[in-house]
Amino acid sequence: MIPVNRQGEVWVYAEQEDGALHDVSLELCGKARQLADQLGVRVGAVLAGHQVAGLADRLIAQGADQVYLVEDSRLAHYQTLPYARVVCRLIEKYHPQIVLYGATPLGRDLAPRVASHLRAGMTADCTDLQIDDVVEPRTQQVHPKLLLQVRPAFGGNIIATIVNYDGWPQMATVREGVMPLLPPNPSRRGQIVREQVELDDTLFVVRLLERHLEPRKVNLKGARVIVAGGGGVGSKENFRLIYELAGAVGGAVGASRAAVDSGFIGKEHQIGQTGTTVRPALYIACGISGAVQHRAGMEESAKIVAINTDPEAPIFSIAHYGIVGDMKQVIPMMIKALRERR
Amino acid sequence: MPYDCVVCVKQVPDTANITTDAMKEDGTVNRAALPAIFNPEDLNALETALEIRDRCGGTVTAISMGPPKAAEVLRECLYRGADRVILLTDRRAAASDTLATSYILSQAIRTLGRYDLVLCGRQAIDGDTAQVGPQIAEKLGLPQITYLEAFLGAEGDRIRVRRNMGHGWEVVESALPALVTVLGTANLPRPRSAKRLMRFKRARTGTELAAELKALLPQASEQEFQAALAARTEELRRQGLLIEEWDLDRIGADLSRCGAAGSPTKVWRVQGIVLTRKVYKQYPATEEGVRELIHELVVDRTLG
Repeated sequence: MIPVNRQGEVWVYAEQEDGALHDVSLELCGKARQLADQLGVRVGAVLAGHQVAGLADRLIAQGADQVYLVEDSRLAHYQTLPYARVVCRLIEKYHPQIVLYGATPLGRDLAPRVASHLRAGMTADCTDLQIDDVVEPRTQQVHPKLLLQVRPAFGGNIIATIVNYDGWPQMATVREGVMPLLPPNPSRRGQIVREQVELDDTLFVVRLLERHLEPRKVNLKGARVIVAGGGGVGSKENFRLIYELAGAVGGAVGASRAAVDSGFIGKEHQIGQTGTTVRPALYIACGISGAVQHRAGMEESAKIVAINTDPEAPIFSIAHYGIVGDMKQVIPMMIKALRERR
Repeated sequence: MPYDCVVCVKQVPDTANITTDAMKEDGTVNRAALPAIFNPEDLNALETALEIRDRCGGTVTAISMGPPKAAEVLRECLYRGADRVILLTDRRAAASDTLATSYILSQAIRTLGRYDLVLCGRQAIDGDTAQVGPQIAEKLGLPQITYLEAFLGAEGDRIRVRRNMGHGWEVVESALPALVTVLGTANLPRPRSAKRLMRFKRARTGTELAAELKALLPQASEQEFQAALAARTEELRRQGLLIEEWDLDRIGADLSRCGAAGSPTKVWRVQGIVLTRKVYKQYPATEEGVRELIHELVVDRTLG
C-alpha cells in the first residue's frame, strides 16, 4: 500500500480497446472530476496502449487534468501482467488517493491484480461514490474526506458502504452506465505526462493466438426509450407486443432476467444487476414485477411507466406512471393511442 | 503429461431468497441463518480440473477456506472425483476481505508445494467481486487467465484455453504454472459418482469427528474421550476418509495479513433494501386511460 496522501489525485484507469475509449472511462472522468473538486485535488487518467496518445484530449475534455501516457508496441492488446505493472508503477510514483476502474471484464481482471500487488483495498462493482468524513467505530478516530464506496451485495439484497481507512489508494470498480456521461468540454486544458515503464519479457507469458470481438448488437445503453418485458409477458409469442410497442415509440427492447431465463428473449437484452444498466429518458416496464436485481439496472431512468396485473408489484414503488392491467390488452391500446397522435 | 490441479471452492449462502435478518449488526453476514450451497462457478472450476485429469492424468486437490461447516463442499468434491481435499479453517481468518482471503489461500497453495494449475470459479454469489482469483495469482506470481470458457488442451508446460470477455472471445496460450478463473458456461459439472458417494459419505474433518463423538459418548471422561477420538481419527486416516484441516499456523501465515487486521476494506454501513411506496400516477387500463398517459408523456416532453 502507499501512504495516506490527502493531496493525492483522483485517478481513472482509461480503458481502451483497439484505439477506442470505453464509455465507462469517460463516465468515470466526470465522477472523478466531482470527487476531486470536493477534495481540492486534480484528476489524473492513466492511458496505456500502443499509439493511443490521440485519446488524451478526450479524457481532458471529460474532466482529466493530467493524462499519464504509457505507449509501447507490446501493449497493443490488453494483457493482465504488463498492464498491471504499468498501473502499479504509476501509483507507486504519484501516490493518488483514489483510483477508479470500469467494472468491465477488463477492469475486473486488472484492478484486483493491482490491488493485490500494492496490498491496497479494492471494492468491486460500485454503484455510487461519495466523499465524507468517517468516524472509525473501533478507535473513534475521524478520517476526513474518505471515499464512500457503495455497492449492492448478496445478490442485490443489501446495499453496503465500504471504506478504506489506510490501505491506500482507495480503489473501486464502477459499473458501466451508473455514472452519467457528461458532455465533453473541448475548451478544458490539461497536461499529457509521458511515462516510461520497464516491461521485461517475463510479463508476456500469456500469448494471444486468436481473437474475435462481437459488436454489441443491442444498443440498450444508447437508447432514449426502452420497452422491457418480464416474466409476466408469458410467452415468446407475446413478446412480439413488446417489439411492436418499442417500434411505435422508437425505442429499444429490454427484458428482465425472468424473461431471459424463460427463453422469451436473448440474454443480450437483459437489464439489471446481471445485464446492462440503463438510464433512458423513458422506461416502460411490461409484466415486470421489479425484483431488486432488475431495479438496480433501471431505476435511474428519468421516467418509468409500469404495466402489471398485480397492484402490489414492487415495480410500482419506483414508477412515475402506472397502469394496473394486462399488458396484452394495454399495449395494443398504447400503440393505437400513439398512432392517433401522428 | 500429467498435471496437478488445485481448485479453490467456497461454501456460500444461497443469495436467491434472503432477507436482512441474515445480517448481523456489524454488517457482516450471519451465515448460520442461511442455507449454504456450493458456489456455482466453483463447481465449473472443479469440473475443468477433473476434465484435465481425465485427458492428461494428474491430480485434483480442492481447498476451501471457511468455518468447520464448509467441510460439506469438500465432501461434495470427493463425491465428484477430487483426489485430496483440505479445509482451511481458523477463527483468526474471520472477517477477511478479498485481499486477506487471497493471501491466506495463496499461503495454503504454497504449502502444498507442487502444482501446475490453480482454478477458481470466476466469482462467488455472496460478494460477486471476482477478485480473489486474480489476487491469488498475483501473490503466487502466476499469470492469470480469467473467464475461461473452454479448456482447449495442454502440451508440456503450456495450456491453451478460450476465454470469454462478454463482447467476444480469445484463445490464449500460457506457460504453467498459471491460475484460471472459470465461467459458469464453461461446462456442465458431472453429477456425483454413486460409488464415490458410498465411499466418501463417511469422510470427516477432525472437528466433525470430535463433535460426533462427543454426542455419542456424553458420559466419557476427558481421557476416555481423547483416547476414543485418537483411535477413530487414526481409523479414518487409514481408510483415506480424514479430511485434512489446516489452520493459519500450518500455512505459516503472517497474522497481520489475515482477518480484520489484514483487510483494508471495511464495511461501514449496510442497508437492507426497503421498498418505500412512492406515490405514482395511476391510469386505468382503458383506451381513455392509456390515451391520457401518452398525452402526459408528450406534454412533459418525454415522448415526441
